[in-house]
Amino acid sequence: MKTRHKRFTLILGGLLLLVGATALVLSAFRENLVFFHTPSEVAEGKAPTGRTFRIGGMVEAGSIRREGVEVHFAVTDTARSIPVVYSGPLPDLFKEGKGAVVQGKLGADGIFTASEVLAKHDENYMPPEAQHAIDQAKQTAKSLQQ
Amino acid sequence: MIWDSWGAFWEMGGSGPFVWGSYGVTTVLIVAELIMLRTRRVSSTRKLNRLMRAGHGRKLPEVQGS
Amino acid sequence: MSTSESRFNLYHYAAPQAFYPVAGKLAPIFAAIAVVLAVAGLWIGFFKAPTDAVQGEVYRIIFIHVPAAWMSMFVFLVMAFWSAVGLAMNTRLSALMAQALAPTGAMFCFVALWTGALWGRPTWGAYWVWDARLTSQLLLLFLYLGYMALVAAIDDPRRRDKAGAILCLVGAVNVPIIYFSVKWWNTLHQGASVSLTKAPSMASIMLSGMLVMALAAWAYTISVALYRVRVLILERERHADWVRGELARLGEAS
Repeated sequence: MKTRHKRFTLILGGLLLLVGATALVLSAFRENLVFFHTPSEVAEGKAPTGRTFRIGGMVEAGSIRREGVEVHFAVTDTARSIPVVYSGPLPDLFKEGKGAVVQGKLGADGIFTASEVLAKHDENYMPPEAQHAIDQAKQTAKSLQQ
Repeated sequence: MIWDSWGAFWEMGGSGPFVWGSYGVTTVLIVAELIMLRTRRVSSTRKLNRLMRAGHGRKLPEVQGS
Repeated sequence: MSTSESRFNLYHYAAPQAFYPVAGKLAPIFAAIAVVLAVAGLWIGFFKAPTDAVQGEVYRIIFIHVPAAWMSMFVFLVMAFWSAVGLAMNTRLSALMAQALAPTGAMFCFVALWTGALWGRPTWGAYWVWDARLTSQLLLLFLYLGYMALVAAIDDPRRRDKAGAILCLVGAVNVPIIYFSVKWWNTLHQGASVSLTKAPSMASIMLSGMLVMALAAWAYTISVALYRVRVLILERERHADWVRGELARLGEAS
């Protein structure tokens, strides 16, 4: 009987721990439902001011510029673009024209000072030759339009 | 063979720790699950057998079978 | 996780006594299928599938990450199905089915999170972020662990089955949230590469490796759940005469 009692308290304690953990996860879930804002949302004033938040979009082509330890680039959703300054390690997949999510604060000067930069990749998986063929097809389509 | 050598295979283009860390832990967990399942089967049948012999055909006492 | 055979003759095989030998026959078959499929899937994944254009070799984590994530969600849905059957029809076997599946589902859930972390670091630049996809998948792990703890804590079998079934049915709401989180909200996690509504966005050889591994995970889950449900049936039905006979047989064998 005594061992069963002990076991019961142990399991009850475990259950309570799990309930606590679940509550924490749920609160994180609610807070991060909007994991990032798009540059357009920021322009419309929908992003929080005065605290850190995340901006997600494409790294604008031709915008990456290095000044010492600082990296300057712009995050765009094609409609709007926000200049970002960051000093720290960049993920391997961080490239111009690719997705990125930056966390930090928006300054009064409109420049976003990032404390963390994450790369956001898409759900396409293909060998380099196939990627190369697609890139070439896009180039051709572009030159035909002009 | 898409790999130049076995060395290149284990290297995984520099991502070795991430790839093998994933596959390794998964393998360990599957083996652990199979061992735990076997242990439970053995201990459970042993316990039930003991109770059955102790009971001599009477109704068995309640045991926790978790 | 029943077979078409047992579903066809549901009422006959819903009796634990009838299902026990069927499970014993099917489990090793599915185990063999799982081994063959896993070997084939790994061979495709590591020796046939080419390098990914963007991610390089690290994408090969996909061959366990996606099957494990699918399995973790699907197993919970199957547990909810058995829970609903158990509550509605009062069959003893259904609750045991759900209980037999839970540890395997929890294992796959952990595997999905673990491999996701090891994949996120080199690609995104972070092991973990609190986006909707990752957070809801973590919640699924807690639901699995909570279910297992709850079932282990209640001594009375009937109350145990009922409490577990209710937790399962309530928790199942989380599964569509996980699945659609990448569509409903902004997440760091990318969208689905394979879905019913669009053509897969993967090279076909990569896709086939992933699907073969997913089938291996299915076969593994069915096999392990059948082995486990046999133990659960013996424990639950220990008063029955046929169990005494089986126990005597097992006792002599060991």
